[in-house]
Formats: sequence, structure tokens, C-alpha cells
Amino acid sequence: MADATIQHDVIAEHAAPGAYEAPLFGAYSKKVGMWLFLASDSLTFGALLFAFSYNRLSMAAWPTPFGKESIANATIMTACLLSSSLTMVLGVFAAQRHDRAWTRNWLLATMAFGTAFIVLHGMEWTKLIGEGLTLPGFPKIAGNGEYAAVSQAVPQFPACFFGLTAMHMLHVTIGVIYLGVVALRKKFLPILAVLWIGGYFLIPSDNVFHYGIHVLGLGLMLATVILFLKPKDYDAHDVEVSGLYWHFVDLVWMFIFPLVYLMSTKI
Amino acid sequence: MHDVAVHDDSKGQYFWVWGALLLLTAIEVILAYNQVFQPVRMLEVLLVLSIIKSAFIIAYFMHLKFERALMRWMLVFSVSACFVIMYFFFFPDADRILQLGVK
Repeated sequence: MADATIQHDVIAEHAAPGAYEAPLFGAYSKKVGMWLFLASDSLTFGALLFAFSYNRLSMAAWPTPFGKESIANATIMTACLLSSSLTMVLGVFAAQRHDRAWTRNWLLATMAFGTAFIVLHGMEWTKLIGEGLTLPGFPKIAGNGEYAAVSQAVPQFPACFFGLTAMHMLHVTIGVIYLGVVALRKKFLPILAVLWIGGYFLIPSDNVFHYGIHVLGLGLMLATVILFLKPKDYDAHDVEVSGLYWHFVDLVWMFIFPLVYLMSTKI
Repeated sequence: MHDVAVHDDSKGQYFWVWGALLLLTAIEVILAYNQVFQPVRMLEVLLVLSIIKSAFIIAYFMHLKFERALMRWMLVFSVSACFVIMYFFFFPDADRILQLGVK
């Protein structure tokens, strides 16, 4: 990982006076740019987490709808994200020793863990909505479960829960697409197209993910523009920068899991 | 102080960090599952554990530990300062609503 950091002295030695300015942080610009984006994105999630906590504190009768099954599910999701961070680190190591095959393999493993997280989260959402937890802006499901009463009594709960977890799920989905582009480049585009079209027709129309799957369509368009307008062979720096984004997604979940799930347990 | 990032590249430490993160997650789940503390104390304990976990992720997985001191401190200080400001805006109001008994 020594090449990940620009040596200040080397630049100063080889540059003509005034031609280059030594980087302030001693890191290449893509990495600094990603860190700045992550700093700003952390404030987005910070605001959402504060809003959730604010509502939690200001409502004396905050619902606790998460039973054993939900907690077990969320724990497995957490393990998936933590494991994906490890495979991402191994992918960065492989990229730095120019081992293209293992870079791709570790990135694909990271994507698999991320996809498992999204699928498990989607199943959890579908179960909660089916039992009456109202998703803001989505037609109400005619469920008469205990969550219907929760939505009636404390509408802030489903609004905060779905708002926060949807934002995180969107970030995980973007992360999987980002890693797919870095790992497979143009070969990833038809895979993404099949997932998008297939998902749209396979998911029933009364399921929120029937509409949410269009995120993949938007990702496909963006990835196509990037890959055709600026085709390149992604190097170790690109893999490291994509890893920073991925670890950030993991990091945010470390706060969502205890605040949203563990503080609302119904054991 | 070293201005340029210098660090150990051994993979073993990342497996240890991964294991520690899984262990801390297990502790969180056990504490919540058994409802060991009252809600406010539970929130404090879970937040402390989450901050420890996030510190591991930022320091090792995101390699911030191995970046220049200037980059480390600029990022940590600026983001932390923003969260502290947010805290002082949000929570006194939430507490005030509770005191007023607004439903």
C-alpha cells in the first residue's frame, strides 16, 4: 500500500519550480475527493440518524416492533457487511500486487455479500409492509397485522425507519454497481440490464421493490455513460477508492443496526 | 511524527479487526436481547460500542490510521465538530418536548 500515498519529496525533486504543487494531504486526488464526499455524506446520514433519535426521544410511546426473527435477520445482515469489508480489503491488496484475477474475485465476493444484504433487507421490508407498517408515499397494503396499529399510532416510526434504511439500501446498491463496474467494466453492463429487467418482471407489482428495482436501470445508464465516454483499465488506486466508499456503507450500518433495531427490540 | 503514511501491510491484522467487529456485534446483540440495561443506559452503551466499531473500520479498513497526520485530524475534527453542532441543535428541543408532555 506504499504506492497509495504520494511521496512529497519525490514530487518536489522531479517537478520544475511552480509546475506542480505538492498535495496537501500527501494522497492522490481521487482519494482526497472520495474522502471529502464521504465526509459530506456522513452528515447526510448523521442528520437522518439524529432525526430518528429525535423522534425516538420525543415520543414517549415509541413502538418496539422488532422480534427475534427481525433481530436475527439484522444480525446476519451486519455479518454480511462486515465480511464484505474484509473481502474488499483483500481485493485492494490483490490490486496492489497487480493480481487481476484475485482483484476481480475479491470484488465479486464483496458484491455477493452486498447483494445478500440487500436481499435480506428487502425480505424484511416486505414482511413489515405486509404486516401493516405503512411505507410513506406507497399505496397501503390491506394488512391487519400488529404493525397496522403502529402506523396509525406513531406514523413517525415507519417514516423514520423506511427513510433511514432506504437511504442506506440505496447506498449499498450504488456500491454494488460501483464495484461491478470496477471489477468487470463493460462486461457488467449486460448483467446489470438482465438484473433490472428480470427483477422488474419477477417482483410482484404490489411489492415496493417492483418500483425500487429501477435504481438498477439508473445505475445502468450512468455506468454506460461512464464506461463508454471514459473507458479505462481500473488500477489499484481506483480499487482503493471504491473500497473507501464500500467501507463507509459498512460504517453507517454500524450505527443504524443498534439505533434502529436493537433499541426497538420486542423480546 | 511521520508525515508520510508508513504502515504494516500484513493481512493478519485485518482478520483480527474483522473478528473484533463480529465479537462487538455479538456483544451488542446479547446486551439488547437480554435487555441488560434500562433504555437510556442501553443507548449509551450501544453508542459507545458503535463508536469503537466505527473507529476500527475507519482506522484499519479505510486506512485512515496510515494517512498523514494532517489528513487524519482534518477529517476527524471537521466531521466530529459538525456532529457536535447537530447534537446541540436537536436534542435540547427533543428534551423540551418531553418536559412539556406534548404527545
